[in-house]
Amino acid sequence: MISAYYFGAIALILIGLYAVLVKKNLLKILVGLSIMETGVNLLLISIGYVSGKSAPILSEGITPSQAVDPIPQALVLTAIVIGVATTAMALSVAIILYEKYGTLNIEEIRRLRG
Amino acid sequence: MNCVACIEYVIIGLMIVSAILAVEWRDLLAAVVGMTAVSLFASILFFFLQAPDVAMTEAAIGAALSGAVFIFAIKRTYRYETEEEEKPGWWMRW
Amino acid sequence: MLKRALAIVAILIIGYWLAQGLSQVPFGQDKMLVSKYYLDHVKEQTGAVNAVTAVVVNYRGFDTLGEVTVLFIASTGVGALLWRKKRKRTAKTKGSVVLTTGSKLLFPFIMLFGMYIFIHGHLTPGGGFPGGATIATAFLLMYMAFTTYEISHKGFEVTEGFAGMGYVLVGLIGLAIGGYFLFDWIWQTWHLGTSNIGRLFSGGFIPVIYTIIGIKVGTELSGIIDNMLKEEVKE
Repeated sequence: MISAYYFGAIALILIGLYAVLVKKNLLKILVGLSIMETGVNLLLISIGYVSGKSAPILSEGITPSQAVDPIPQALVLTAIVIGVATTAMALSVAIILYEKYGTLNIEEIRRLRG
Repeated sequence: MNCVACIEYVIIGLMIVSAILAVEWRDLLAAVVGMTAVSLFASILFFFLQAPDVAMTEAAIGAALSGAVFIFAIKRTYRYETEEEEKPGWWMRW
Repeated sequence: MLKRALAIVAILIIGYWLAQGLSQVPFGQDKMLVSKYYLDHVKEQTGAVNAVTAVVVNYRGFDTLGEVTVLFIASTGVGALLWRKKRKRTAKTKGSVVLTTGSKLLFPFIMLFGMYIFIHGHLTPGGGFPGGATIATAFLLMYMAFTTYEISHKGFEVTEGFAGMGYVLVGLIGLAIGGYFLFDWIWQTWHLGTSNIGRLFSGGFIPVIYTIIGIKVGTELSGIIDNMLKEEVKE
């Protein structure tokens, strides 16, 4: 079977996907999207793990053959910051929708249409 | 029972439970607190996977700033998710 | 009800397919190909001790420029969507005595800690992004403690613009001196600091770029918080 870290990351992705598909409040959908992003970052880092090695900071006494993979960590560092930027922009769109339509229910907004 | 490696399973279990509760609660403020808890448990797991830069970044940005921005958005809209259950006849509105 | 059942079935199928694909990737085995070259040559080619920082700024520096651009677009978007002619803060509850006194005392120490994180980016874990986020958290603490605290919006926007231009200028100087954009001219042409790897004054242009990124991210996130807190004043 797969390792526990893979199982945890896949579970987070599926829970976030459930919130995006089923829920009707716009802020709850954005909570699910943010949980999905955390799950994807966890999956990327757990692929680059080598058991028995230590962190990729080559200070005194750590040779280059004793370090974990540094490239997925560089990718995830970028992805976390971009995640918070897109969440902030989506929330400001939600604020404007509430001021214009008076509700945050996606079915009502789809029927009103300006 | 003495399993030192069991702490990883405990934290993964707590993270999944916290994610399920964050999606199910009706109070939107409690849902944001659940999302912040998921981010903090993921930061601890990043430390166990020998990635200190990513753990620091996730704790500072994912937990503190993402939660704060959500709470400001809740302040300018409303707090309690109303009774918005689906009505019968979903196929007519597709 | 039917929609919920269909969603759960689709999610279980996606989960089974993901698990089936991930069972071919063994957990904890050595699968490094490009990283072996980076780890072997990071000390003599870049001068940094932190391999992740060297990959983000030096080996893959152009992607970091793209990320800084995405952050800038998001911050401008928030400012453009929530703009009104006259805006004020609408907080009513004043913080308690503990909060106001404590945040006035803690504010310089949090700024100092944030600056420590991004200046020592090539030696200790961290870098420009958590350092900038810590500085933004200091401003968030001041916002929460006082009801009429405001940052000077004009000054922050000008600082953010200059920091963004600074990053492109560092790359263009590299293009003029060496052969390509974002060439590490401090380490490879001037040879400044090649004798003390592991101390503060080494690492090529990594501290310079991380200082620029730290200032930019800190002022940007504070600007996002300030835009989301002010509401319109109706007369």
